[in-house]
Amino acid sequence: MSERIAITGLGIISAIGDNVHQNLASLRAKRSGIGQIKYLETIHKGILPIAEVKHSDDELLILLGVSENTGYTRTALLGMIAAKEAFADSGAKKGDGIRTAMISATTVGGMGSTEKFYLDYINPEKTGDFVKYIDSHDCGDSAEKIADNLGIKDFITSINTACSSSANALMLGARLIKHGIVDRVVAGGVDGLTKFTINGFNTLMILDKEYCKPFDKNRTGLTLGEGSGFVVLESLEVAQKAGKKIYCELSGYANTCDAYHQTASSPEGTGAFLSMSSALALSGLEIEDIDYVNVHGTATQINDLSEGNAMIKFFGNKVPKFSSTKGYTGHTLAAAGGIEAVFSALTIYNNTIFPNLNFKDKMDEFDLIPVTDLIENAGVKNVLSNSFGFGGNNTSLIFSKV
Amino acid sequence: MDALIAKLKTQIIEQLNLEGVSPEDISPDDSLFGEGLGLDSIDALELIVLLEKNYGLKIENPAEGKKIFYTIRSIAEYITANGKA
Amino acid sequence: MSIQITSACLIRNNHIQLNGETMIEKEKHLPFNEFIKGAYELNASPNLKFFKMDNLCKLAFITSEFLLKNKKISEQYGAENVSLLFANTSSSLDTDINYYNTVKDFASPSLFVYTLPNIMLGEISIRNKFKGENAFFVFEQFQADFLCNYATQLIKEKKAKVVIIGWVELLKENYESFLCLTEENGNGAELTNENLNELYNGK
Repeated sequence: MSERIAITGLGIISAIGDNVHQNLASLRAKRSGIGQIKYLETIHKGILPIAEVKHSDDELLILLGVSENTGYTRTALLGMIAAKEAFADSGAKKGDGIRTAMISATTVGGMGSTEKFYLDYINPEKTGDFVKYIDSHDCGDSAEKIADNLGIKDFITSINTACSSSANALMLGARLIKHGIVDRVVAGGVDGLTKFTINGFNTLMILDKEYCKPFDKNRTGLTLGEGSGFVVLESLEVAQKAGKKIYCELSGYANTCDAYHQTASSPEGTGAFLSMSSALALSGLEIEDIDYVNVHGTATQINDLSEGNAMIKFFGNKVPKFSSTKGYTGHTLAAAGGIEAVFSALTIYNNTIFPNLNFKDKMDEFDLIPVTDLIENAGVKNVLSNSFGFGGNNTSLIFSKV
Repeated sequence: MDALIAKLKTQIIEQLNLEGVSPEDISPDDSLFGEGLGLDSIDALELIVLLEKNYGLKIENPAEGKKIFYTIRSIAEYITANGKA
Repeated sequence: MSIQITSACLIRNNHIQLNGETMIEKEKHLPFNEFIKGAYELNASPNLKFFKMDNLCKLAFITSEFLLKNKKISEQYGAENVSLLFANTSSSLDTDINYYNTVKDFASPSLFVYTLPNIMLGEISIRNKFKGENAFFVFEQFQADFLCNYATQLIKEKKAKVVIIGWVELLKENYESFLCLTEENGNGAELTNENLNELYNGK
């Protein structure tokens, strides 16, 4: 049973780049991936900005090196690209005999193709066992496809706890290794943008018509994004013995329930406070050891107020440097925790804090001001990353320098 | 106005799935949120859909909805002032 | 330390069993909507929110009402020590389809919210004031070993003292729901794969 968990591989595709290298370059250059809708067919084109991955599905196939599309959804393709990068980055090889798990989080799953298929479903002239067909396009499906592509068979599951899903994937991954169920885990999440998602969030009236402004007084909502982020988790001891590249350690994690409302977080941030406290306790660190927080920071009225209050309650008057990276990538929903885990690992590995874009004025309710410029040689040893989801699902992860 | 209030009650019960609540249970001046019917922010969004669907009225800002959705009467007044009901 | 299954509720074929005893049994052809409404009227405390829930959530909620009736879990163990660990195979597909039906006309915000399967965990947590870990997984079929292991780990790691294990599956008229209350040093069968499977399979 291994006590400590290392991150040995990173993979990402988002609105700011197709891989880790490109993402890092954009983060450093303060280059946002948000823009007008180009690839998604929707009535919101030209009205709502979103953070799309800048490729058509066909281009994604080429990027993945697959010649024919045998029923891959955009979500599955994005996940396959990021997971493949993380897998290779860790030095893993297909069929290398190491017991490996794939834990992939998604909220939309195959909804993209269900959308296309749906027209058949509602057409009474077409007959057949459609329910069975949709079933194969459900949430678990993209996880299976991503796992197949890497030859992973030992353990495969999909998690859906809304926007904290992929942070929970990392948490489950760490536990699987600690308890000796597998020796390596590819954990993260993916969500491709669909009409389904954009229409849904639009009815919730929490989409900003401009670029999202996390923690700003005049924020009016989130910007939707898409992408995928995966990490490879292994026993720290094993990775060190093998002389592997280690980005950082996943030293703490916790998930709690706000138990307040289906979608809204409690104004005082009870669940967020509990998840941060519990993750810190597991890490064995002191509160002063946290150098930087990658906040959930969606830029909705409710999230930023609730998260800010929770940070004040948790850190007192010594809230560390913090920023939301959603101004770069948009809110990538189930992928957010995975993408931000990659960013947190890059923060530690490169000793660099990435800024919070689009911030101008501090909120009236408190004096919290995010980091707005790139900080190099930041002296970051421990990063706290928050991911919160509808259903009151709050997750905090702590990444530490090894 | 009374006819509109009666119609609104039925529409609201249907839109919000207020099973077991009958129109007589709701007074036009009861507050809809908090105490009273105990509606929440998601119900408010459903009311926005109701106004658009049945009265062609579009509310762009949820904060605006708060004032309009104070009571059934305030909704009816809003419709009368702005709509083609 | 040992962990016991202290209570189990199984709903299948319009038949509700609590710890093996029949609570409600209705004819098999009764539509789900009517069946679950009848169960609500018989057992759940009045809750206007119930009728706003989607079918998956109603199913989970009613199962939890039977499982937790007359128990004060949150007070006894502390809100933060109660965890919910659920899984199913169709995720929220049933509501995804229903939501889609509204999109053609006017997309329903409340239905959209229920296109997330973990909302059922949130609803049960709000009702019972549970603040511990919540997780929701998608598996092809009921996986006793995974759920059993995970619950055991949560309790060993001291993240929970009570774990409610759940398999809540619903697509159209096909559904089944199985919730187990597992407690550290409780009274009942030990939490093992075999015992969990036996309870899930019913008698």
